[in-house]
Amino acid sequence: MQIKTVTDRFSKNRLAIAGLAIVTVLFIIALCAPFIAPYDYKTINVRAILMPPGKAHLLGTDDLGRDLLSRIIWGSRISLAVGFVAVGISTVIGIVLGSLAGYYGRWIDSTIMRFVDMMLCFPSFFLILTVIAFVGPSIWNIMIIIGLTSWMGVARLVRAEFLSLKEREFVLSAVTSGAKDLRIIFVHILPNALTPVFVSAVLGVAAAVLVEGALSFLGLGVQPPTPSWGNILTSGKDNIEIAWWLSVFPGLAILLTVLGYNLLGEGLRDALDPKFKS
Amino acid sequence: MNNSPLLKVVNLKKSFHVSSGMFSGSSLQLKAVNNVSFSVEEGETYGLVGESGCGKSTIARLILCLDNPDQGEIYFRGTNIFTLQGVEKKKFRRKVQIIFQDPYSSLNPRKKVGSIIGEPLLIHKIVPKNKIRDKVFELMNMVGLQEDHYGRYPHEFSSGQRQRIGIARALSLSPELIVADEPVSALDVSIQAQTINLLMDLQKQMKLTYLFISHDLSVVKYVSTKVAVMYLGKIVETASNDELYSSPLHPYTVALFSAVPVPDPSVRKERITLKGEIPSPINPPVGCVFSSRCPVADSNICFKKQPPLEEKRDGHMVACWLKN
Repeated sequence: MQIKTVTDRFSKNRLAIAGLAIVTVLFIIALCAPFIAPYDYKTINVRAILMPPGKAHLLGTDDLGRDLLSRIIWGSRISLAVGFVAVGISTVIGIVLGSLAGYYGRWIDSTIMRFVDMMLCFPSFFLILTVIAFVGPSIWNIMIIIGLTSWMGVARLVRAEFLSLKEREFVLSAVTSGAKDLRIIFVHILPNALTPVFVSAVLGVAAAVLVEGALSFLGLGVQPPTPSWGNILTSGKDNIEIAWWLSVFPGLAILLTVLGYNLLGEGLRDALDPKFKS
Repeated sequence: MNNSPLLKVVNLKKSFHVSSGMFSGSSLQLKAVNNVSFSVEEGETYGLVGESGCGKSTIARLILCLDNPDQGEIYFRGTNIFTLQGVEKKKFRRKVQIIFQDPYSSLNPRKKVGSIIGEPLLIHKIVPKNKIRDKVFELMNMVGLQEDHYGRYPHEFSSGQRQRIGIARALSLSPELIVADEPVSALDVSIQAQTINLLMDLQKQMKLTYLFISHDLSVVKYVSTKVAVMYLGKIVETASNDELYSSPLHPYTVALFSAVPVPDPSVRKERITLKGEIPSPINPPVGCVFSSRCPVADSNICFKKQPPLEEKRDGHMVACWLKN
């Protein structure tokens, strides 16, 4: 596929550009957190407890007098890290299992796909809750568990791509040239199967950010004092009648992030989908 | 070994399972290739013609060892290709190559022309790594591509050029047999002529043997030395090119030839129009496969028993009861 037509189609889609802008800004904020955060995220100030948004604290303070803006800025690092590591894990597992199932077929395919069906039967959020209850909450555990419970969609996608690509003539001609399985998989099929995987990975980041937010909100995710949008919301819930800003701003942060990744992902899908080719 | 043919196909059968419905356990059999035998001599161009769906491409896939047959053998230089393993199989792959019909799906869209043509050389280690580039240039030159095409991607080329890339890739291993599966039917007519001439020039230069599969009778007439006509998974008639085109025997062949347009408006010829559609290969007619559409079928025998493929004249074989 021509890169130019993809960028052309992408740049004509305003929502996709908006998504890209949101995601880019989030990246910059997360990378520059130590420089742009006005206060230290864990410094307690008993004289400024539950201050409403104002000049000194742009977004107000929490119940321990910590600056909310700084905590949200540092929290963006957590969401980003969780999103990318979890999606990285699930994408790798999905690609490996999907490739094996799609390329070799027969019993390997049936075994892997029945395992996928089995994994899809569990309500994954409750599965994550149960596992966290056993292994204990920490940011690394969350990343790994979200990754381990969200690879099934990728595996199905990759398998479907392999099934159609392995009958394509350029793959057959690699077979008749005497290429070995590994060469056919990695050189000929996989590079042509990655487009939908890429799109689903971007959308997967949004889903992972949401799951992390929910877990931290329940106290099973990132542990205080490390700020995460989810655990800021928890303290917001306790003070919702007197300090609306503690719930609204981290909520907006989650909303914008998820919206950004979804817009970007859908824009990419439309730009890369050959069916839209004019 | 010298008098055995380069490629010998014996009683080849291949059927596919077609599930008949979501809930019914039974599956139907589609007989794509039904008891086909023929042999290809070294240096000739063996034309295989037939309507789409008659099993031509399945035969190509079987010869290339991309599928296993249900029954029958294919001998290449006297050895059964379906028993080959490991190194022997790799050696066989070197000797038999394929040119595909669709020049768009036959080239990996993410690889450059140079590495597409050079890949077989790399796999078989035919030339040392630092010489691959020179060899690829040589091959590109042979098929009429320019050297600056080396670093471009397939989508930058026209369909005719892409087919040339496919031909160069097939030639890279200096094969003995090339299976050309409808190599020109996806191309414009003017490009078809160029590509066919290229294939014929290459045949002379490299002493190639072609199995030329096509549905285009005039193309097959132009390139082939021997022709086999297929209908519904069976060969119904085979003869040398001159013999077949001057005196076709099987009613199906006669009907096919009558449908070939003649580029001369003053020639009026009687056209035989066949009734109905080609029957489904899942449920072929009992008796002669062509009986359901044959204009001269005889109800005494044609609908009851399959005619064998028998030699009627010198080298001219036909499967029809009425020609006995």
